Amino acid sequence: MTSLRREPRFTERRPTAVAGRRPRVRLAANAALAVIGMCFVLPLAWLLLASVDPHAGYQTRWPQSPSFANFAAVLTPELLFVPLLNSLLLSAGTAVVNLAASVLAAYPLSRYQSRFNKPFLYAILFGTSLPVTAIMVPVYGLFVQLQLLDSMPATIFFMATTTLPMAIWMTKNFMDSVPLELEEAAWMDGASGLATLRRIVVPLMRQGLGVVFIFVFIQAWGNFFVPFILLLSTAKQPAAVSVFSFFGQHGAIAYGELAAFSILYSVPVLVLYTVVARGSGSAFALSGAMKG
Amino acid sequence: MPVPDSLHRGSLRRRFRLLPVVPSILLLVLFMLAPVAWSFYASFTNAALSGKAALNPQWIGLDNYARMLTDSVFPLSAWLTVVFVAVSAILGQNVLGLVIALLMTKSGGATASLVGTAVIASWVLPEIVAAFAAYAYFSQDGTLNQLLGMLGVYGANWLYAFPMAAVILANVWRGTAFSMLVYRAALAQVPRDISEAALMDGARGWQRLAFITLPIIRGSIATNLMLVTLQTLAVFTLIWVMTAGGPSNASTTLPVLAYQEAFKLGDIGYGTAIASVLILIGMVFGTVYVRLLRRANS
Repeated sequence: MTSLRREPRFTERRPTAVAGRRPRVRLAANAALAVIGMCFVLPLAWLLLASVDPHAGYQTRWPQSPSFANFAAVLTPELLFVPLLNSLLLSAGTAVVNLAASVLAAYPLSRYQSRFNKPFLYAILFGTSLPVTAIMVPVYGLFVQLQLLDSMPATIFFMATTTLPMAIWMTKNFMDSVPLELEEAAWMDGASGLATLRRIVVPLMRQGLGVVFIFVFIQAWGNFFVPFILLLSTAKQPAAVSVFSFFGQHGAIAYGELAAFSILYSVPVLVLYTVVARGSGSAFALSGAMKG
Repeated sequence: MPVPDSLHRGSLRRRFRLLPVVPSILLLVLFMLAPVAWSFYASFTNAALSGKAALNPQWIGLDNYARMLTDSVFPLSAWLTVVFVAVSAILGQNVLGLVIALLMTKSGGATASLVGTAVIASWVLPEIVAAFAAYAYFSQDGTLNQLLGMLGVYGANWLYAFPMAAVILANVWRGTAFSMLVYRAALAQVPRDISEAALMDGARGWQRLAFITLPIIRGSIATNLMLVTLQTLAVFTLIWVMTAGGPSNASTTLPVLAYQEAFKLGDIGYGTAIASVLILIGMVFGTVYVRLLRRANS
């Protein structure tokens, strides 16, 4: 299972006899990579340069009078702080629901053998392949019927469900790597399964749970479509939706402010990703890719 | 490692062990299974956002599905979806990801990690921010036309003249990181001595790739193809921000069409019918994916 098993960290290969003997191959590879890298950086360069250019357009250019005016302009409660707070509530809530549900579910799946385990794990894996954008139309219909539209908790539970299959898979894999000996001792002393889970297993897999939390948090933070459909009042909308309305209203004029807003909104996930990618290498990166 | 059964006797007790799975099952049934079931049900009705049908939707049988065949937009939209997935995911992300990963095995550490960071950055960014950056890049006075201008070429207004090309390139830019990471991990597992033995026998570079490396990582290739297809099938935000499906439906893929029918035109019945088609396609791919993994694990 390429994407779910913990992959060994990708280690840079030392220049081997092959590469050493053929410096031209290496040079060509470096040149080709540099060109590809440039293509990937270019669209981002606009974002960075426009954010510090008070007279920015859609052109990528060095700002004539660079300043943080764009940032200052968007640093207001209604433009930035309330939406970011909503994003935080939505993402943290989603991550907490995911973590609680998946730790509970992973425990019997990891610790007891049962005929139920395999079919269940494959069923939720199947669940990861349903296109979330397609489910949004029926979810909206369902939310209308149940009068759950514009409800923050309902949106949190729905978003948590869309990432839950991946979270259960990851949590189970992390739990499998926690040795059983300590738990057996606790069982001998008469502790119940759930008490052992809370006192022994969860503390031992703190790091893995951190990875799951951040993985879910990043996905929820970047999610635009779900809150766009399910949250109607501006007071509840997260930054992903408010930045889109801002773009609709001022995008054609305030390019620089749009760029500054986008950067401020992106920084938290970039930081979180870096933290986790440093710690666990490509394992997180791969599973993080299961974006809907 | 199963717990010795002497510790927990009795089938009642054994059944209680599965109790902690219940919250997850409840969530999945309530927020995933129920909407899917409701989608199939509503696709046989004339449910609407407003008007008489909103209060009391009528069963209209296969009318919504029959309408897809006569509708002028649906066939176009289905075709655009196939093009979008085939060109941006299967050709674009998949092949480019493999090429980058292969180049990285041949290149030095600093270039590889810098380029890796650049590729991953566009993928970690929130969807909507990536979509703005792509919009700016392809717009009339955007970066792409600036570059073409330097070469003396007067560029087009890409988002209007070639909307599909623009969203396809944007999706390649946005999603290649995933394939790159899959292939980097896969290539790191290819045993060194196998390709070195081939080298001793005088296998040339591309022969080594075609007859040794690619067959060894074929499992990863299959998994990656499945996953990028499913991810690309569901892309909405990128297209919505860049072209909103236009001009005149020229970039309306199925998720965009389902959104427009259900929310812009208020026709929930027809919208869910389109969504149901997408869900069915996802189910087919999902079944193949689970089969692939089961075979790999057993």
